[in-house]
Amino acid sequence: MNAVTYVIYAFLTINMVFNLLGSFSLHRFPDVYTRLHGATKCTTFGTIFAVLAVVVHAAYQLHITGDPKYLQMALHSVVALVALLLTNPTGAHAIAKAAHLSGYKPAKAVIDAYEEKLRGGAE
Amino acid sequence: MIAPEFFYAAVIVMIGAFMALLRVFFGPSVPDRVVGVDTLNTLIVAGMVLLGAAYDRTIYIDIAIVYALLSYVGTLAIARYLQGGLE
Repeated sequence: MNAVTYVIYAFLTINMVFNLLGSFSLHRFPDVYTRLHGATKCTTFGTIFAVLAVVVHAAYQLHITGDPKYLQMALHSVVALVALLLTNPTGAHAIAKAAHLSGYKPAKAVIDAYEEKLRGGAE
Repeated sequence: MIAPEFFYAAVIVMIGAFMALLRVFFGPSVPDRVVGVDTLNTLIVAGMVLLGAAYDRTIYIDIAIVYALLSYVGTLAIARYLQGGLE
């Protein structure tokens, strides 16, 4: 148990807590927009820390053993993280726009700015 | 098994994926199910990266990259279908 192990444990704990919060928020929010908000933000943040833990682990193994397999593992984890960070918010935006256009209105909403924009122009 | 802490983290992430799957099964409307599938895809990518570190195989992380891009295409296709065409 050295300092690198504690760093990996801290990153993995943040990952588990935020991923569980993201999937738990699917069952605690009233409508589709708040569920989308909670689930997308929490799972993206948790996955960032999962990839950080893998990168720290791979860099430490590369420092110990000198095997280039671990350099490949770290670089490919970063590529997976970049793909997820680019695709996750745009996918959530597409789902929210499609849900609003197909007729599912926000529950208990006072102001619906997108509805006003659709009806009355962009001013 | 090389690194058990990554394996247990992947197990916890898969418990979260199961809770997202419950939303897919019992969702009252169609966009709720789509949100459940989107969350499930993100959690599967995270679990795949963690399993690649746990079993010391880099090919699992390559599978995670391809799965992230393909699930994005699937989500966009379902959203386009849901809003009724390209307009």
